[in-house]
Amino acid sequence: MTTDYKKPLPYIHDETRTYWEGAKNHELLIRKCRACGAYHYYPRDLCPSCFSFDVDWVRASGRGIVYSFTVCHRPARGFEEDVPYNIAIIELEEGIRMMSTVVGCPNADIRIGMPVEVVFDDLTVDVTLPKFRPVDS
Amino acid sequence: MGALTKKAAIVGVAESDLGYTPNKTFLQLIAQATKRALDDAGLTIHDIDGFFSAGWTTMESMMVAEYLGIRPSYSDNTMPGGAAFEFHVQHAAAAISAGLCDTALICYAETRLSDRKKGIAMNFTAGSPQEPEEQFDVPYGLWVPIPVYALSAQRHMYQYGTTSEQLAEIAVAARKWASLNPVATMRDALSIDDVLASPMMSTPLHLRDCCLVSDGGGAVIITAAERAKDLRKQPVWVLGCGESHTHRSIAAMPDLTVTPARYSGERAFRMAGLGPSDIDLLELYDSFTITVLLQLEDLGFCPKGEGGRFVEGQRLAPNGTCPVNTGGGGLSYIHTGMFGIFLLIEAARQLRGECAGRQVRGVKTALCNGIGGNLASSGTVILGVD
Ligand SMILES: [Zn+2]
Repeated sequence: MTTDYKKPLPYIHDETRTYWEGAKNHELLIRKCRACGAYHYYPRDLCPSCFSFDVDWVRASGRGIVYSFTVCHRPARGFEEDVPYNIAIIELEEGIRMMSTVVGCPNADIRIGMPVEVVFDDLTVDVTLPKFRPVDS
Repeated sequence: MGALTKKAAIVGVAESDLGYTPNKTFLQLIAQATKRALDDAGLTIHDIDGFFSAGWTTMESMMVAEYLGIRPSYSDNTMPGGAAFEFHVQHAAAAISAGLCDTALICYAETRLSDRKKGIAMNFTAGSPQEPEEQFDVPYGLWVPIPVYALSAQRHMYQYGTTSEQLAEIAVAARKWASLNPVATMRDALSIDDVLASPMMSTPLHLRDCCLVSDGGGAVIITAAERAKDLRKQPVWVLGCGESHTHRSIAAMPDLTVTPARYSGERAFRMAGLGPSDIDLLELYDSFTITVLLQLEDLGFCPKGEGGRFVEGQRLAPNGTCPVNTGGGGLSYIHTGMFGIFLLIEAARQLRGECAGRQVRGVKTALCNGIGGNLASSGTVILGVD
């Protein structure tokens, strides 16, 4: 854990605090609608499938696949020393997708469809970022 | 005939100075384009009662109208990114049809290249902290626009076997058109191998899969059908239009291989009472090569997944069977940040037969499609001449 983390950090507010508290506890928490059963991401106070405001927090399995990815050869602000680095859209087992990154394997080994599982990167005392690593299928 | 078919026509179009204009502000460029478009139409600033503007500065529409000396009775600053001006055409045709205004000005300019060189470029990845992308995407190193479009291209390759060579065909065709356009930025020959050998930006997109960064802007004048018939130039009729947006963050795109052009295109074709086989010329938003390929599929010019094979053999190039981006596109002609206005300008000129060395023969219909905001918005405009 570093205290001089230079990359952009999320602005955490009441609507999303449970998600980020979950990440700190190394749990991936997602929202599920009690009215229609749909999961959604990013977490919000309403269900974008049916507009119900009766939405639960549930723990995701943490397993998924790489839906798409790109290896950035030009950096975002704060990522200058990481080039080339990957960003990936992960499709969770629950059927929803989230932005993340694949760790634990070289960029050249990342494939769309490859099974991954969540790992937690404790960036600062306040912020832990869910990332994904390959698992044997 | 659909709700807005032939209710309004484009009667004046113009670009500002283009390329690198370090001594001009975007307001000067907008004024220059507006003056030229009014002259093209044979109208004056006093004829404008509908005002359409999109840009990145605070309350830009009022600033621009103030600068030009316009006090509009109808004003619209719809801002769905690069597709803004296709949205504006539909809104202008609707407002004119409803009698809320008679003659509309659509205008825009940016100075991205100069700003970058002066070190005053906008940072597009530093939005309000309340934006969901700032919270859930940016901490992973996502920036816009190149990696966003790369995520789509990678998925299209995986699902349909699309290749980098096929994407390069699009850049090469654009360059051939640009070589015929005296005001295009990049006019030297470009080969598929050149595209593949250009620096990798964000896999699988190379530098030459990406649009230019330029200064410049444009203006488009639209007026009511009755008035259009009496003006200087042949009316370019609005036959059909449609608009759609499906998401904002690329992670929320319902399918990374399907843009909202599928929906805006359907609506525009239905309104015009036309289909893809009726279209003589395509002006498609080419922020990236993949953007063109997705639009060809989503607008029905080839089946989903066939875009790569469709563009092979330089089909989109001069003398190809499907002329696309006849001015050279955002890839080789100009890209100021929101290319959509240049799609309309080039289509109108082609329909009037004003394009000299790059004129496509016998053009009666043209389709313009703008894409903006992380493949999130799409505006389709079908134009035609009698
Ligand atoms: Zn629901």
